[in-house]
Formats: sequence, C-alpha cells, structure tokens
Amino acid sequence: MITMDLLAINFSLGLEKLLLIGAIITFSLIVAMYTTYAERKVAAWMQDRRGPNRAGPFGLLQPAADGLKLFFKEEIIPLTSNKTLFVLGPALAMITAMLTSAVIPWGSSIELFGRNISLQIADVNIGILYVFGVVSMGVYGIMIGGWSSNNKFSLIAAVRGASQIISYELAMGLSLIALLMMTGSLSLKTIVQQQMEGGWNIIYQPLGFLIFLICVFAECNRTPFDLPEAENELNFGYHQEYSSMKLGLYLFAEYVNMFISSAVVATLFFGGYDIPFVDETALSLSLGANTVALLGFAALFAKILFFLFLFIWVRWTIPRFRYDQLMDLGWKKLIPLALANMLITAVVILWLNK
Amino acid sequence: MHINELLFWFLTALALFSAMMVVFSKNPVHSVLWLIVVFMAITGHYIIMNAQFLAIVNMIVYAGAIMVLFLFVIMFMNLNAESEPQKSKWMKFAAVLSGGSLMLILIAALKDNGGFISSMRGEGSIGLIKNLGKVLFTDYVVPFEISSILFLSAMVGAVVLGKKDSSTIVS
Repeated sequence: MITMDLLAINFSLGLEKLLLIGAIITFSLIVAMYTTYAERKVAAWMQDRRGPNRAGPFGLLQPAADGLKLFFKEEIIPLTSNKTLFVLGPALAMITAMLTSAVIPWGSSIELFGRNISLQIADVNIGILYVFGVVSMGVYGIMIGGWSSNNKFSLIAAVRGASQIISYELAMGLSLIALLMMTGSLSLKTIVQQQMEGGWNIIYQPLGFLIFLICVFAECNRTPFDLPEAENELNFGYHQEYSSMKLGLYLFAEYVNMFISSAVVATLFFGGYDIPFVDETALSLSLGANTVALLGFAALFAKILFFLFLFIWVRWTIPRFRYDQLMDLGWKKLIPLALANMLITAVVILWLNK
Repeated sequence: MHINELLFWFLTALALFSAMMVVFSKNPVHSVLWLIVVFMAITGHYIIMNAQFLAIVNMIVYAGAIMVLFLFVIMFMNLNAESEPQKSKWMKFAAVLSGGSLMLILIAALKDNGGFISSMRGEGSIGLIKNLGKVLFTDYVVPFEISSILFLSAMVGAVVLGKKDSSTIVS
C-alpha cells in the first residue's frame, strides 16, 4: 500500500514540469549571458565606441570567453572569512534570482503528444506574493556574502544593499496594491488573461507602473541605485573578496534578476504573452493553438528585450544617487505617491461600481 | 505513506533540528541563519495545510523582513566568543528553567486539542487569501483595525525615540 500511494504522484506531469523548469533555467541563463554582451555593446554605442568585436563574428562569443575566464581563474577564499557562508552567499544569490521564474506565465498552453502543456511552472493563486517572498529572500545572498568576507567595505556595502532592498520593497508592494484592487486576483495567469480582454494595465495604472519600475531598478541594484557596488566609495562592494566563478555568480545573478524582473513588469503591466492588437482566439483558429502560443511567447520576449534595453540605457545615462538621496526618494517620495495612487484607485473603483 | 505525510515528517525534522541549532550555535549570526531555516520549514508546513497566504506572509514578514533586521543588528555588534561577557551560571540555569516550563505549558495545551492533526492533510481552506480576507474583514474587523492602530502607534513611537531632540543639543 505504501508504494501504491507514492506512485499516485502523476509522473508524466512531474516529468513535464521538470523539462519545463530545465528549459526556462537554460533560457534565462542564455539570455542573461547575452545581456552582458548587450550591455557592453549598448554602452559602446552610446559612448561612440565599438564594443567587444574580437571573439567570434561581431564579438558574439565574448560572453562565453568571459565565462571561461572566470572559471579558469584561481579561487581564493580569505583565511579569516567564514567558509561555509562565504560559499553559500553567491549560491543563494543565484538561486533566489532563478526562483521567481516559477510563477511567470511564459505563454498560453501548447499541445504536444496529446497533452495540454501549460507554459507556466506553477499557477499558484498567490503568484505576486510569491515573487515578493523570493525577492525578500534575495537580500540574504548579499548580506551573507558581505558579512562572511570579513571586510569592512563588504559589510558596509552589504548593509547598504539590504537596507535599500527593504526600503524599496515597501513602495513596490504599495504600488502593486492599486493594481491588485483592479484585477482582484494575485495569480499572474489570471492577470494576463484579464489584460488580453480589457487592455493592458499600463493604461489604467501609469503612476503605479512608474513607481514599480523605479523600485525594480532599486531591487536589482542597477544604476542609479547601484550603491552596494559603488566602486569609488567601497572598492568593489559586497563581492570584493570574491574571485573566480563565485564572483561570476554574483555578477551573473544581477543579469538573471534583470531578465526575470523585466518579465514580471511585462506580465503585470504590458499584457504578458498578449500579442498587441490581435485577437488570439480568432488567430488560433487559422494558425493553430501551438503557433499562437509560440507567437505569444515571442511577444512576451520582445517586451522583455525592451525592458532589458531600458535597464542598460538608464545605466549609461543617469549617475548614481547619494545614499541620503536614495533613502529620501524611497521613503519620502515613492511611498506617499504609492499611497496616494492606492487611494485614488480605490475611490475610482468604488465610484464606478456605485 | 502519502507524499504530504512524507513532507510533513521531513519539514518537522528540519524545523526541530534547526531550532536546536539556533540554541547551540556559538556564533549569533549562525543562530539567526538557522532561525531563518526554522521559518522556512514552518512555511512549508503552512503549504501542506493548504494555507498558502499564511505561508507566503510568514516567509515575507518573518523570514524576510524581521530576520534581516536581526542580522543587521548582530552583524554590526561584531559579537564573538572573546568580546562577549560570559553570563553567570545561575542566569543560564534560570533561562533553561523558564524556557522549559514554557515548553511544558505549550505541550500540555496542544495535547488536549486534537483538532490540529486533521487539518494536516491539505483539506482546510481557511488559509487561502480569499477566505482569510473575508473572515478578517467581516467577523474580526474591529480587532483587525485596532491591531493596525497599535502598529501605527508603535511606528510613531519608534520615530519619536529615534529622532534627535534638537533642544537638548543646544543646551
């Protein structure tokens, strides 16, 4: 009887989900890899340079060369550091960066071998809160790494990073409450489906989107919020003592975070896998459901690419905030704005429903 | 064994082991990190009980926000075995005694309450955000609002305490 019950798990479903997880992780790693390339190319373009162009055609093999370089470098663990935590830090940073992708709907469902496969790993009914939970875990990667290095600069950078992430999480949550009052659901899939019918959320929540976007920049530690790694104040930030691929994991986690948060922004405010100005159900009759699902994924990916470009664009345009300016913006400007946005949304919803 | 039961025993063992490690760790930062593991295990328990909202809030608030603040303070205090003053033996004895009696009371209270075993199987739905929200904002709306005022007053108090008094600086 014992084995019978264990066998009751749906193995084909498990296999399907495992394959999907593998595909999404591979995909995010490849995208993150080429975001580093794009970052250098866009920076070069903005500064009237050429950028990487030696490894492969147009320098396309540059990310692979960078990765190899990091792998072959000597791995140094400082003697006075706390070794377990020193190794745990970058691992946590990478794991938490990846975890969010589980609740993002990457497309509608496709039919393969007679099975209806949903392109979302888990459609939990608390999707957005799950994202917040994982984001709040992301702090530990920075804090543990910074503290276990046993270095004052690293510790200061880690505390800066953690306080920044906590502060902006509040405004982020408040800006989303207005959105949630409109959708009435926390499931990301439901939110996308509502946007397919009723127009994208950016139309109804422009202020909420702006606040959310600023907070996303702060959560990803990107310029203008890259105080934890301010190289002219703190040498190199919380990963100063790291070398080889452990450093690589920290740097790489930032790009994975950028990719995933672009996906979250696209899903929440820009219709997710919705193809703009096209009726999906009518299109699936003529093209077949699978093609439309793939087209939807392509639409989502195009939106993500736009936000990735925005991340890079802002990085090479806007200088870094000072620490007090950062806290001022977060606590005294974004939070009141988000609260006002919430109130206005609530009043309008009640007024329309009257 | 059902898969839920298997998970339950795994999470229980994990929670108990990490709770022990919180107490036995020499380094306070390790204690805090083990405490985070305890909270994660309890989050897992909530998920088994189909209380997804409680699970995720437990993770955001306790494992996320509160533990980060703990870590903040402890990391800056730079505690280690040499600099920390050793407590007297009587102090340790009293701590063990009071902690042990609290555990005794909790076990006694839970032992007679048979209801909590049946909710283990993922059948209850009170922890889902829809039901919980309905209950909180209809049956328990007054205590809910009062507790929010309590939080607000605590926040104001913290700001007042944290603000430097300009008059004392002048004098």
